[in-house]
Amino acid sequence: MGSGQFKTNYRDDIKIFQTCFIKFWLCVLALCLLVFPFLVEQYFLYIANLCGIAVIGALGLNILAGYTGQISLGHSAFIAIGAYTSTILSVKWGFPFWLAFPIAGIVSAICGLIIAIPCLRLRGLYLAIATFAFYYIVEYVIIHWNGLTNGTGGMSVPEASFFGFAFDSDRKIYFLILFLVVCTTAFARNLFRTEAGRAFIAVRDYDIAAEVIGVDVVKTKILSFMVCSFYAGIAGCLYAVTLSFIGPEYFTFLMTIEYLAMCLVGGVGTIVGTIFGAIFITMLPEGIRLLRDALSQDFPFLVTRMADLQGSFYGLVIILFLIFEPTGLFGLWVRFKNYWKNWPYTY
Amino acid sequence: MDGGELQVFFQLVLSGLIVGSIYGLVALGFVLIYKATNVVNFAQGELMMLGAYFCYYLVSTYHIPFVPAFLITLVFSSLLGILIEMAILRPLVGEPVFSVIMVTVGLSTLLRSLVGLIWGHDQYVFPSPFSSKAYHFLDLVILPVELTTIAAALGLFFMCYLFFKYNKVGLAMRATAFNQKYAFLMGISVRKIFSLSWVMASVVASIGGILFASISNLDTNMSLIGLKVFPAVVLGGIDSIGGAILGGLIVGLVENLAGGYLSQAFGSGIKELSTFFVLLLALMIRPYGLFGKKEIIRV
Repeated sequence: MGSGQFKTNYRDDIKIFQTCFIKFWLCVLALCLLVFPFLVEQYFLYIANLCGIAVIGALGLNILAGYTGQISLGHSAFIAIGAYTSTILSVKWGFPFWLAFPIAGIVSAICGLIIAIPCLRLRGLYLAIATFAFYYIVEYVIIHWNGLTNGTGGMSVPEASFFGFAFDSDRKIYFLILFLVVCTTAFARNLFRTEAGRAFIAVRDYDIAAEVIGVDVVKTKILSFMVCSFYAGIAGCLYAVTLSFIGPEYFTFLMTIEYLAMCLVGGVGTIVGTIFGAIFITMLPEGIRLLRDALSQDFPFLVTRMADLQGSFYGLVIILFLIFEPTGLFGLWVRFKNYWKNWPYTY
Repeated sequence: MDGGELQVFFQLVLSGLIVGSIYGLVALGFVLIYKATNVVNFAQGELMMLGAYFCYYLVSTYHIPFVPAFLITLVFSSLLGILIEMAILRPLVGEPVFSVIMVTVGLSTLLRSLVGLIWGHDQYVFPSPFSSKAYHFLDLVILPVELTTIAAALGLFFMCYLFFKYNKVGLAMRATAFNQKYAFLMGISVRKIFSLSWVMASVVASIGGILFASISNLDTNMSLIGLKVFPAVVLGGIDSIGGAILGGLIVGLVENLAGGYLSQAFGSGIKELSTFFVLLLALMIRPYGLFGKKEIIRV
C-alpha cells in the first residue's frame, strides 16, 4: 500500500472525486440526506431548509468574496431582490414557479451587473462602501415602492408548484432545496476547473498580474458579480417559499453579516468550507436560543433581546475566527483529517 | 423666494452644519485610524454610541456631575481604544484587507449588540449640561449645545492640525502613515503609534457621541451615524483630516436640504438615502475625494 495519495498528472489533480474513499462517503451522505426528512420532526426540517438556502447564498458570496477577492456588503440586497422578484411575478402576474424561479436569479444577476459597472474602478474599502450604499438604496426602494412591494406591510408568498405538483409541505420543499443545493455546489465546484473560474482566482491573487497574463479583469469581475447575485437571487426565491411571507425586516444588514460570517467561519475560498460555515451559522441561533433559555432564570432581560444576543455572537465568531483560525472550519477539518490519516505517527 | 422661505432655507442650512460637524467629528476619528494604521474602521459609529451610553450610565446611575462623568468617559474610551487595538487589530497586522475590514465589521456588530443587550432599545433623555435657552440671531434659532458642537468640531480639527504639524508625536504618526518600515528604522515605536491613533479616534468619537446625544436623544439608532462617515470620508478624501470635517459638513447639509425639500415628493427615507447617492456619485467621479491622495489604481 502506498504511503499516500500521489498524483502523476494534472488530470488527476483536478478530479472532483479524488478517491474511492470519498466517493463511498459521499454516497453514504447522500443516502442520509434522502432518509433524513422521514425521520425528524417538522421543525428540524425547517431548519434544514434554512441551512440549504444558506449554503446556496453563501456559495454565491464565496465565489465573489473568497474566489475573486471582491468584498460585497450588499449580499442581503441581492437576496431581497430575488425573493421580491419571484413573489411579485407570481402574485401580480401569475407566473408559475418554474418560470418565476429562474427569472428571480436573472433579475438579481442583472442588478449585480448594474452595481458591478461603477464598482470596477474600485477595490477593497471603496468596493465595500459602494455595495453598502447599494444595500441601503435597495432597502429604501422596497420600503417606499408601496405599489409593487407593499412596503413595510410585507407580502405573503403563494405556494410553489411545478406543473401541478405543489410544494405544500416542508418535506417537499426540502427535496427541492436539496436538489438545488446539489446542483449549485456541483456548478461551483466545476466552475473553478474552467478558464473563467481560474480567471477569478487570478484576479483575486493579483489583478495586475492577471491582466498581464491575458485575463480580461473587467469581464471577470462582472462575471463574478453576476454569478454571485444569481446565487443570491435563487437563494432569495427559496427563502420566500420557505418562509411563505416576506417583508423588508427579513433582509437586514445583519443578514449580510451572517453570510459573511458563513464564508469566514467556513473558510474563505473553499466550497466544502462554505457548506460547513453555512450550516454552522444557521444552527448558531438555535444554540443561542438554548443558551438563552438556560440563562433566562438568572437574567430575565435576555428573553426579549434575542436579536442582540445573536448579533453579539456573530460579531464574536467573526472576530475569533479571523484572529485564531483564519482558514476557518475547513482548515480545522483538513488538520483533523491529516492527523487521523497518519495516526499514530505525528508526521 | 420670500422672507419666510429664505428663513426656512437658512435654518435648514444651519441644522445641516450642526449635524454635519458631528459627522465630521466621527469621520475625523475614522481618518486618524486610517492614516496611521491603514485600517478601515467600520465600528466608528459604535465607539461613538458606546461613549455616549457610558457617560449616560455614569450620570444616571452614580449621579456623578456631568463634567467629571465626561472626563471619566474620555478615560474609558481611551482604554477601550487601546484594548481594541491590542486584542483585535494587532494580531491581524499584515493580513489581507478583506480580513481587516471584516474584523471591524464584526467588531461593530458585537459592540452594537452589546449596547442593545445591556441598555435595551429604549430612548433616553440625555442629561445635558447645556441650558435650553436659545440664542436668536437674524431670525435663526440656535441652542447653546449646537453652538458648542460646531465649536468642538472646529476646535478639535485645529488641534489635530497643529498636532500633526508641530508636535513630535504627531510628526511620528505622519511618518508611520507614510511608511511603517522607515518609521520603525527611525526609532519610532510603531506599536505605540497604532495604539495612540485608536485612542485618539475613540476619544473623538465619544465626544461626538455625547454632543449628539445632548442635541437629540440617546438610543441605539445612534450607531447609524457611523454609516454617514463613509460618504463624508469618501467625499473629503480618505486620508485627509480637513477633508473629513468638510465632508461631514457637506453630508450634513445635503441630508438636511434633501430632508427639507425632497421628502414630500420621495417619502421620508430620502433624507438618509441622499447621502448614499452623494457617496456613489463621489465614487464614480472622484474616488480619491476632494483632498485625498490620488493613489487609486485602476484595473
